[in-house]
Amino acid sequence: MSMNRQGRPTDTGTGETASAPTFTGHRGLDHEESLIFERGRLDKTGVDLPEPKAVATRLGNVARQGEIGLPGLAEPEAVRHYVRLSRMNYAIDSGLYPLGSCTMKHNPRLNERMARLPGFGDIHPLQPQSTVAGAIALIELLGGYLMELTGMPAIAMSPKAGAHGELCGMLAIKAAHDAAGDSLRRIVLVPESAHGTNPATAAFMGYSVKTIPAKTNGTVAASDVKAALGPDVAAIMLTNPNTCGLFEPEIVEIARAVHDAGAYFYCDGANFNAIVGKVRPGDLGIDAMHINLHKTFSTPHGGGGPGAGPVVLSERLAKYAPLPFIHREDGKARLIETIGEAETLGADPFGRLTAFHGQMGMFVRALAYMLSHGSDGMRQASEDAVLSANYMRAGLRDVMTQPFGDQPCMHEVLFDDQFLKDTGVTTLDFAKAMIDEGYHPMTMYFPLVVHGAMLIEPTESESRESLDIFIDTLRDLTRAAKAGETERFTSAPRFTPRRRLDETKAAREPKLRWMPPPEKQAAE
Amino acid sequence: MRYLPLEEADRKLMLERIGVPTIDDLFAAVPRDKLLDHLPDLPRVRSEMEVERELSALASRNAAAGAHPFFCGAGAYRHHVPASVDHLIQRSEFLTSYTPYQPEITQGTLQVLFEFQTQVALLTGMEVANASMYDGSTATAEAVLMAHRITRRRKAVVSGSLHPQYRDVICTLSHHGGSRVTALPPDPDANEDLIAAIDGETSCVVVQYPGFFGHVRDLGEIAAAAHAKGALLVVAVTEIVALGAIKSPGEMGADIVAAEGQSIGNGLSFGGPYVGLFACRSKHVRQMPGRLCGETVDAEGRRGFVLTLSTREQHIRREKATSNICTNSGLCALAFSIHMTLLGERGLRKLAAVNHANAVALADMLAGVPGVSVLNETFFNEFTIRVPGHAGDVIERLAEKGVIGGVPLSRLEPERAELIDLIVVASTEINTDEDRVRFATALAEVLA
Repeated sequence: MSMNRQGRPTDTGTGETASAPTFTGHRGLDHEESLIFERGRLDKTGVDLPEPKAVATRLGNVARQGEIGLPGLAEPEAVRHYVRLSRMNYAIDSGLYPLGSCTMKHNPRLNERMARLPGFGDIHPLQPQSTVAGAIALIELLGGYLMELTGMPAIAMSPKAGAHGELCGMLAIKAAHDAAGDSLRRIVLVPESAHGTNPATAAFMGYSVKTIPAKTNGTVAASDVKAALGPDVAAIMLTNPNTCGLFEPEIVEIARAVHDAGAYFYCDGANFNAIVGKVRPGDLGIDAMHINLHKTFSTPHGGGGPGAGPVVLSERLAKYAPLPFIHREDGKARLIETIGEAETLGADPFGRLTAFHGQMGMFVRALAYMLSHGSDGMRQASEDAVLSANYMRAGLRDVMTQPFGDQPCMHEVLFDDQFLKDTGVTTLDFAKAMIDEGYHPMTMYFPLVVHGAMLIEPTESESRESLDIFIDTLRDLTRAAKAGETERFTSAPRFTPRRRLDETKAAREPKLRWMPPPEKQAAE
Repeated sequence: MRYLPLEEADRKLMLERIGVPTIDDLFAAVPRDKLLDHLPDLPRVRSEMEVERELSALASRNAAAGAHPFFCGAGAYRHHVPASVDHLIQRSEFLTSYTPYQPEITQGTLQVLFEFQTQVALLTGMEVANASMYDGSTATAEAVLMAHRITRRRKAVVSGSLHPQYRDVICTLSHHGGSRVTALPPDPDANEDLIAAIDGETSCVVVQYPGFFGHVRDLGEIAAAAHAKGALLVVAVTEIVALGAIKSPGEMGADIVAAEGQSIGNGLSFGGPYVGLFACRSKHVRQMPGRLCGETVDAEGRRGFVLTLSTREQHIRREKATSNICTNSGLCALAFSIHMTLLGERGLRKLAAVNHANAVALADMLAGVPGVSVLNETFFNEFTIRVPGHAGDVIERLAEKGVIGGVPLSRLEPERAELIDLIVVASTEINTDEDRVRFATALAEVLA
């Protein structure tokens, strides 16, 4: 055995198997973590509060009697609990996150700091408007920037997420039809490649959904749209760039046909990151489009929200925008919050989508992103996003298969599972093997029009070195799949806090909350 | 540009490998006349320092709540959030992760959601809760639509105790496909006859608890009356801290609870982002909107968590989904859950007791101001006062004196003359004796 000068052994051990169990169940830096309900106590707290004043209570006959059952932890315990849990998550900050259609770009920390300025983070939505002039100015400024980038004349800022924005746009369209006395339009056209939220939104409002097929090249044909249009069609909901990663080349013709038929054009703006500063959706003839601030403008995804989904509107839809909206008069901006007030200004809001004014915290972050990039930086970001996706396509086109042939893509590149044919490896297996290589998988099995779809969106946040290693990794995986190294895929992931999880069991025997173990229940 | 790692040399080489001469060749599908030949008319790239300066200047034009005696509630409340909450939610692994679609590498988010769902279910006295909604108002509207699906009826009866903006969101989102809303007028005196409005076509009755005007009342009779007619009771809670002091909606017969969770863990932020809490009875879980996290096992038999029952959701069911909702409010739910774990039962109870005691002290003090009357017999941390004259003017004049004195009804219901002199006032643990004295003194001066 070799020793260092202090007589301490320096050899690196016998290299025994890494899968041997440990006493604690932890594995080095990876800790197992129990539920708070299994360790917290009802009488423990991590918050010190002053004693309440002695007063006669005014709770009537509803003062709480029994126990709630909420466990508490002291601050050091709570901090450790959540830090340990956090370490079981993949995140953009730790690696490439090529989730197509989700735009997992870098989240600048300046934006977090700005959103926490007391002047933004610590103001109440209903304190006097005279005390929040800066907040109103910020919303107006951000709205103006979004209108400039999209080439649209109006905006509704309050929608809380993309799907909420879709609802906003479609409600404005319905209001416009209703105002025109056109109540027979009961159909919304949706391409089969659309996000699930599009048909769900249309159905939510009571519309029937008519599906438009995708052409063999992955885009929507103007002729197919024209064939489906008629006096019963209220609108089309079309994503551009579309979910196959392609810009719709006939979009201007589609818009014209839709308008000629008396319908409106709702554009799903989920993929706006490909075209900021390059093309203005307003120039293409759209009537409404939501903008996912959590995608294009980098507000953090936070493990699944909160998002923000402002909606730009055409001149014809502007007056139906929901409450609240900002009105400027005599050099002063104010929030219009009630129907009566809106009507005196000639507006005809379709209603209100949420209490208060929208996702202010996200507005601050998005504006910080826009100010940081500037118009030149935003255009560069879109170009880099498109460049990176095409670089990925060029690096993989000879070993993976593209459903619509090898053609330039926008900011995401779509592959199918043809290249895995007869290998015994599925798209799911392939994705799980990527996890073992240290990557979050791409979007799988979406869009639905492509068999075994793999949708890769690298975003503009990756260096060329990072893209190269990712390409090399996927090339090695395709080689391994074709070489019959099936085990590497079907047993993946192997190096994660959990192996594959039984989703069927979760759905068949739903356990949606912690319950005390039976013996404890019996003892009570 | 500091956020873009690619350099000109990289871009050139990448274009070569792709096999096109210029970046615009990748935009070939865009009609030529639509491709912009100029930059958008916006400022150019700026340093971090410059951006910070500009945004700080805007922020300084707002009166931050913490700098004033502050008494606004009406659906958003200023509470003390422990420093560790804000630190933990900014952990990269939480902040910059996406929806946990790959459960093997998102057990952190998933376990948090499982714990969150359990906390919400316990607090509301319900059997199950989902992984959160956008906010309280949209959660309440979704609860109405869920009740329609369960009862196969189309009429909601909305109490005058409900926040006027919540009522408006329900009206906006549920007047499609033949749905109707019967909204009772605002009820500052808590004497409406809600039960009389329930009939055989009613799918649900929506009440707020504590009410918008602050009253707390037992909902048992309303629940029984609704159930007798085959309708459900939807209870909206805008101040979730109250449930540390008063009975849970579940104990009183609620079928669906929709709540705003902002008070726990989340700042005011001018109204968003907040976190909607949504809980119901187990038998209705398949009609629930939104994401659900469930427990299962992995390939080695170890406990783990996944998103589940997604056959209700839009990405699977498309036009047949229970809702078009796609996002939850993950990070705000995390903040809620961390703060709730820090509080625990003991901390929550004490927090609620301090809130109530401070509000009682304030109500007693304001009742002593000449011309002011307190409408409430009962309340938790919020109550309604009547002032001589236009409440909005009174609030503006208080603001001039540096006191943010509550929310005037004239702001929310300007067309209702009978409410023009009412102010909803809240007091939480943040208010000091000095705050209360300054409020009462300023109010007396304004009214003098």
